[in-house]
Amino acid sequence: MSTQAPSPDTTMSGLGGNRRLGDRLFSGAATAAGVLILLALAGVFTFLVLEGYPALVADPEQIPGEGGIVAFIAPLLFGTVFGAVLALLIALPLSVGIGLFISHYAPRRVASTLGYVIDLLAAVPSVVYGLWGIYFLAPQIAGLFPWLHDNLGFLPFFSQSPSGSGRTMMTAGVVLAVMILPIMTAVNREVFLQTPRLQEEAALALGATRLEMILMTVLPFSRSGIMSGAMLGLGRALGETIAVAMVLSAYPGLVSLNLIGSQNSSTVAANIALKFPEYTGLEVNALIASGLALFVLTFLVNFTARAIIARRAEFSGANA
Amino acid sequence: MAKSIDVTDLSIYYGDFLAVEKVSMTIEPKSVTALIGPSGCGKSTFLRSLNRMHEVIPGARVEGKVSLSGQDVYGPTVDAVSVRRHIGMVFQRPNPFPTMSIYENVIAGVRLNGGRLPKARLDEVVERSLRGANLWNEVKDRLDRPGSGLSGGQQQRLCIARAIAVEPDVLLMDEPCSALDPISTLAIEDLIADLKANYTIVIVTHNMQQAARVSDRTGFFNIEATGQPGRLVEMDDTTVIFSRPSQQATEDYVSGRFG
Amino acid sequence: MTAVNAPTETPTETDAAPGLESHRHLGTGATWGLTGAGLAGGALLGLLAGSWAVGAVAGLLLVLVALPGVSWRVEGARRGKDRAFTVVVTVAFLLALLPLLSLIYSTLTNGLARFDPEFFTSDMRAVLGEGGGALHAIVGTLLITGSATLISVPIGIMCAIYLVEYGKGRLARMVTILVDVMTGIPSIVAGLFAFALFSIFFGPSIRFGLGGAVALSLLMVPVVVRSVEEMLKLVANELREASYALGVPRWRTIVKVVLPTAGAGIAAGVTIAIARVIGETAPLLIIAGSTTNLDWNIFEGRMMTLPVFTYESYMIPGVPPEPGVDRAWAAALTLMVIVMGLNLAARLIARLFGTKSR
Repeated sequence: MSTQAPSPDTTMSGLGGNRRLGDRLFSGAATAAGVLILLALAGVFTFLVLEGYPALVADPEQIPGEGGIVAFIAPLLFGTVFGAVLALLIALPLSVGIGLFISHYAPRRVASTLGYVIDLLAAVPSVVYGLWGIYFLAPQIAGLFPWLHDNLGFLPFFSQSPSGSGRTMMTAGVVLAVMILPIMTAVNREVFLQTPRLQEEAALALGATRLEMILMTVLPFSRSGIMSGAMLGLGRALGETIAVAMVLSAYPGLVSLNLIGSQNSSTVAANIALKFPEYTGLEVNALIASGLALFVLTFLVNFTARAIIARRAEFSGANA
Repeated sequence: MAKSIDVTDLSIYYGDFLAVEKVSMTIEPKSVTALIGPSGCGKSTFLRSLNRMHEVIPGARVEGKVSLSGQDVYGPTVDAVSVRRHIGMVFQRPNPFPTMSIYENVIAGVRLNGGRLPKARLDEVVERSLRGANLWNEVKDRLDRPGSGLSGGQQQRLCIARAIAVEPDVLLMDEPCSALDPISTLAIEDLIADLKANYTIVIVTHNMQQAARVSDRTGFFNIEATGQPGRLVEMDDTTVIFSRPSQQATEDYVSGRFG
Repeated sequence: MTAVNAPTETPTETDAAPGLESHRHLGTGATWGLTGAGLAGGALLGLLAGSWAVGAVAGLLLVLVALPGVSWRVEGARRGKDRAFTVVVTVAFLLALLPLLSLIYSTLTNGLARFDPEFFTSDMRAVLGEGGGALHAIVGTLLITGSATLISVPIGIMCAIYLVEYGKGRLARMVTILVDVMTGIPSIVAGLFAFALFSIFFGPSIRFGLGGAVALSLLMVPVVVRSVEEMLKLVANELREASYALGVPRWRTIVKVVLPTAGAGIAAGVTIAIARVIGETAPLLIIAGSTTNLDWNIFEGRMMTLPVFTYESYMIPGVPPEPGVDRAWAAALTLMVIVMGLNLAARLIARLFGTKSR
């Protein structure tokens, strides 16, 4: 046996030999890739600050709207948050319902397929959502506006005269809601499934109906999960660009609670997409500054969502 | 090729927790040494420290000395990777590589180390190793089939073939039969008896009959209470351990009075 | 939808067992009858209103009222509420299907008009009105997405390897969090970043394909990291140990054992990541720009892509607008086919080539 040496390392007589070089290079490369992630995020921030800075110190006259950078960004941020919150209000109950349907109502065999179908909504490119919003959804929804205006016109949301084209904040909100449904549903589905089986069975054994079981065990257990899913959805809605740019008849600089009229607040992202091709010089810097504001806003929202998830994982023991 | 192992005052820690305390033993070449003891007594941990596999677990470290025919396994210039090439290991559950065929599994140790051998030599290694593991006749017609398609016992013998293909000096076995049915277990035990001719074998087992059947010498590990370190209570010829051990604890354990 | 499997429920057709309080139940027939009646009513309303969307929504609402209402009268309040909720969650699910179905329907019916050979073989150079195609946009999309993949996949896989195989301590925790945060970066911000980066070196009129690839990479890397990480975690530790015990160094174990075992999953994950970015419009609008000409040079000059082509064909349709809008829909259909095809491919890869590693 001693004559055969299938190990290629024929020079190795003892236990020595420095085999660590490959390991060092490889782990170095892997660590570098990790560090690159940090650098990329820092780079996003740095370059947006560098290119946005000229707009911050510029003469207010030269900023679009001629009122300075704050007056430029603030109404856009308002519109951004307004549209995103609207989308969230629509999507939150739906995503909880869909999540429950998939996790607790649909037959086990088809549940994962149903989840996949919902996930397909996330695969649709936003530009397709834009076309669909304009040509399909807007005309359908516009039919509701006169009724809303006549009956609920005393609310600021419905006081404007209804838009005939349907290119309103309401339509944008619905499109955004559809777009953020998949991620929220996916999070909800996961946490619903993590509900301890024993708790559920205990509730059922007490004679609870399925609804009562869900109210007693699943929803309390999932509260923070639902919240973090909602934050993730909110983050998506805040940053969505093209669909809003296509659907919304927007007036940058306008702060309005209107949902059904043709004069709507614009959003940061949509405004960048719409104006970038035509702006020059400091106007571009102003757009980048608004993008920086959007970045910080979404960063905070996403960070909060992840923090909730992380806390939950630590305390619930569900992932143990 | 078979070499002896000398262990002197070996203590193993997980972080601050002392798992195994001051074990000393000598393992003769071309012998089978069985390590027995209750669960959690540190015998598997000890086994892993012999070829530095415990280093895979974060925070695990050792104090003391292990030498392979006089060479310090934990010496400052010694690389854990090369130690493992000299001291092979077979695990509790069969773990053939799922992406590889039976053939590729056997030569995995050669291939993964970057070795290039002519096809004829590789064929030779495969046949010799599979014969050595008593598996050749069962699989010679389907060497290109996935290793995961074999039965549990065959998979475990494939893993043994894989381990001996790199021609280690010592073969460590961590409860190699605990996931197998009695017939497969018997096949492995027969194999161990054959392998003894060429290899030094250390086997951890929960099964005292198995220890009695296959080993020349037996070491009994024990733990006084949960949270206490495991210790080597005594080590002697297997016949002595099972008939007239010197320690009461050993007597209690092998006679089934506890553990 | 009808199977309420609460333990207290007694069989519907037979009488309650002696000693158990007997309930009056809605049978399966009655449940489906009410559901059918509600949907039929909705269909009728839809016909009257001339919109199938109105019909579908109205039908679901009718079921929502009718079924629990009747149940409430017959079976009591608790059971009625339970029925109501069952209908609510089912309706929620069906509501979510409406946009998907109508999206596919609109894209197909509107997109097929220009889904012709000319669309795939010509660009928009000197095209006014009818005709023209998206060849230049398809080429641009393939080049830019391909480059983004070449950049993102190695970085993403190495980063995932770092997190699963090497990472510990503060740095690894930070990278994990930031990868998560990165998945939430608005795509327009990625575009602005690429623009801000390259405009510092090449001036404010910089528009080129590779810039688009950089922007897309920023969006793609975290997706790749996440999915590869999941797949690596699925590889049984026993396989790593088996390899170490053969005296194989760690890096070879990762390259030769861990990665191949996770191979199918990684391929599926990368495919999903490609599908995710191939439809991105906003960043490419900013940094890759748009053009009417076919261009193979990714390093210089504006480059058209399918999503931007769709967007511009709609926003600047020309006079008369119909040919432009038709081209927009045809491009949207092309995108949908690509994206859905990639998603399907990912599922197939995972199913066909997946290795079971316990």
